[in-house]
Amino acid sequence: MDVKKVVKSNAIWLVFIAMVIVFSIANPNFIKPSNLVAISRQVAVYGIASIGMTFVILIAGIDLSTGSIITLVNIVCAYMMVNMGVNMWVALIISLIIATLVGVLNGFMVSTLGMPALIATFASQTVFEGIAYLICGGMPISGFDPNFDLFGRWSLGIVPISAIIMIVCFVVGSFILNKSYFGRYFYAIGGNEEAAELSGIRVSRMKYLIYALSGFFAGLAGIVMLSRTGSGQATAGLGYEFDVITCVVLGGVSVNGGFGKMSGVIAGVLIIGSLTNGMILMDVNSYMQMVVKGVVLALAVGIDCLSKKRQAA
Amino acid sequence: MSEEYLLELEHIRKEYPGVVALKDVSLRLRRGEVLALIGENGAGKSTLIKTCSGAVIPTSGKIRINGKEFDRMTPQLAAENGIAIIYQEFNNVGELSAAENLFLGRPIRKGIMIDRKAMEEEAAKAFAQLQIKIDPRELVKNLTVGYQQMIEIAKAIQQNAQVLIMDEPSAPLTSNEVENMFKVVELLRKKGVSIIYISHRLEEIFRLSDRIEVLRDGEYIETLITRESTVDQLIKLMVGREMTQKYPERKPCIDKNKVVLELKNVCGNGDENMSLKIHAGEVLGLGGLVGAGRTELAEVIFGAAKKESGQMFLNGKEINPRNPREAIDLGIALVPEDRKRHGALLTNTIKNNINMPIYERISSASVINSRTERSNAEKYMKEMAIKTPSFQQHVKNLSGGNQQKVILGKWMAADSRLIIFDEPTRGIDVGAKYEIYKLINSLVEEGRSVLMISSEMEELMGMSDRIIVLSEHKMTGELEKEYFNADKIMTYASMAADGKKEN
Repeated sequence: MDVKKVVKSNAIWLVFIAMVIVFSIANPNFIKPSNLVAISRQVAVYGIASIGMTFVILIAGIDLSTGSIITLVNIVCAYMMVNMGVNMWVALIISLIIATLVGVLNGFMVSTLGMPALIATFASQTVFEGIAYLICGGMPISGFDPNFDLFGRWSLGIVPISAIIMIVCFVVGSFILNKSYFGRYFYAIGGNEEAAELSGIRVSRMKYLIYALSGFFAGLAGIVMLSRTGSGQATAGLGYEFDVITCVVLGGVSVNGGFGKMSGVIAGVLIIGSLTNGMILMDVNSYMQMVVKGVVLALAVGIDCLSKKRQAA
Repeated sequence: MSEEYLLELEHIRKEYPGVVALKDVSLRLRRGEVLALIGENGAGKSTLIKTCSGAVIPTSGKIRINGKEFDRMTPQLAAENGIAIIYQEFNNVGELSAAENLFLGRPIRKGIMIDRKAMEEEAAKAFAQLQIKIDPRELVKNLTVGYQQMIEIAKAIQQNAQVLIMDEPSAPLTSNEVENMFKVVELLRKKGVSIIYISHRLEEIFRLSDRIEVLRDGEYIETLITRESTVDQLIKLMVGREMTQKYPERKPCIDKNKVVLELKNVCGNGDENMSLKIHAGEVLGLGGLVGAGRTELAEVIFGAAKKESGQMFLNGKEINPRNPREAIDLGIALVPEDRKRHGALLTNTIKNNINMPIYERISSASVINSRTERSNAEKYMKEMAIKTPSFQQHVKNLSGGNQQKVILGKWMAADSRLIIFDEPTRGIDVGAKYEIYKLINSLVEEGRSVLMISSEMEELMGMSDRIIVLSEHKMTGELEKEYFNADKIMTYASMAADGKKEN
């Protein structure tokens, strides 16, 4: 009985382990430390951004601006460092503040204006992608302070700094969800907004906070990406929101809000990361990879929804 | 075979993982009778009737309709065999007309076009048959709840329903609408339709039913002939023990010198000129018809709706709560009418629900003190006598009475001094009602104050120390306990807006 429960609530981890085994058999290079390090470097950007997205989806919202925030941070940070000669730390902090403010703007549209999150964040996605293009004129910006490599290229021993940043973010994310009252509020709002308000939660204020956090984590993901690629590009974050949403939903966060765990999201991020990596090692072409990712998403959510439907009957 | 019975459910058993919802329950419905199905919440009434529609698939047992035997039903099979269920939530589409709703999914066609006129004529006939006055062209969203229910019934009859199952049909209705619904039920019975009637209100059951089947804890208890049974007997069968008293005794506890809440000419949320005083240790009843503006007043006091003018004083100090948070911090609490939508956070645990209003208080630097969180949950679960093994239980798995206790426990944890109850026992079974009353008593005995909105006359008079009656968003009357009188309250409640007792 209990074993069943444990298996059920951690099914996503079993999927991950099964996948690792399959890929390791298919190509022994998969399990080599150097490849695992590469995977951790690759997933860092999704992983960091997925934390904010988890909060947003937990309250039954959505943030489509994640990808364009990544782009915006890429361009703004690069532009400040290269074209304006701003110190890298200052540029980084200003970029993160801008990313957070984009989130606050999303919060304003969703909470104060009452716009549907899908439309509000889609609008800001378009706007900020456009602004990024306007700043750089479509040209890549490169030639940073070599120390800027810290976030995306350096390692502590064998472990990449970007992976460490991701792990720290996950720890912070789980802490917010499980140990702080904010987490309790998020679950309550996701479960029932009206009842949450009547229980004394200032729902509107929380929505501002959540979208701001989503902006902040997307911004941080943007910094890590910029550091890794070494060049600010106007297409840097294109379509990233969908990969991030996939990780979160795959990790078992209900799109209807109210349910989900940070550990599930970590598994979701690792699955998408190793799936991409494993398929590359197996020489699966990139269009096929898209097909597989889509099918995995549909399967994961489909199975989850079906089991809930069965339970209800 | 048994010609006498139209519908027979035999030895129905339904298991969910970890729970047996129905244990060997049988039900037999005669032709043209009204069979009342009663039992406390969680007794299995809804589960049982859902086996008839296919919404629930029995683990074992047989369903026999007109002698035909089935292991399980599907919605389609149910319709083909003349079984219709009127749920509490209607399946009407507000943006369509009454006639279009009546023919929803099977419109009368003329070629590929919808023959609106024919549908309207047929609908008019159907409504006339039930002796109800609905304009077939009226949009359903403009109709009252009572009429919307009538459309559902008309739809069932249109589809040749032989068995009409009604799940708490009177719950959303005003007393006038209930009368109309009764007339329709009588009419249908005369036409030979068999009816299964589920209700918590025993007086309705005595008026309408021929026989009464009692369930308790998912088990069949007894079937009685209505005219040979008594209220006390039914309550005893439902609860499984003797209920000596409907309203528990309360120690005298009103402190008339201590005004806790005072409203002076408060307007807002549709209400006008509300002036009232609530004392420490007092239960002030708020009577009136549905839509009289009672809930609206509660929302203004609780900061959930805006006050437009007038003044509110709490313990002599003027207050202006702009949102529930501020009201809660002032010691005001609201136990809303719609428990599932507004009261309890169903997908959260009991522990989270109880601590929700005070999380910021029991956190330092936003980190929750988990020991306080747990001990709070334990304490109020015990104080409220919430019956479940663990505070990690999700609230949606609790019965209505226990959910209400969780909501109350939350306000006790927040140390609320003025608790507003909006229909405190709606949809709660008889046994749990008594416990809620006892909890209300203990609140005022501790010196807290209660404002209780109730549409149940008996409850209003049984629990209140004083009653204020609203009608059409104005106060129309006030009665002290010694002058309580149902007729008088009804007169005030139906008094026109130009009521005499206006300030």
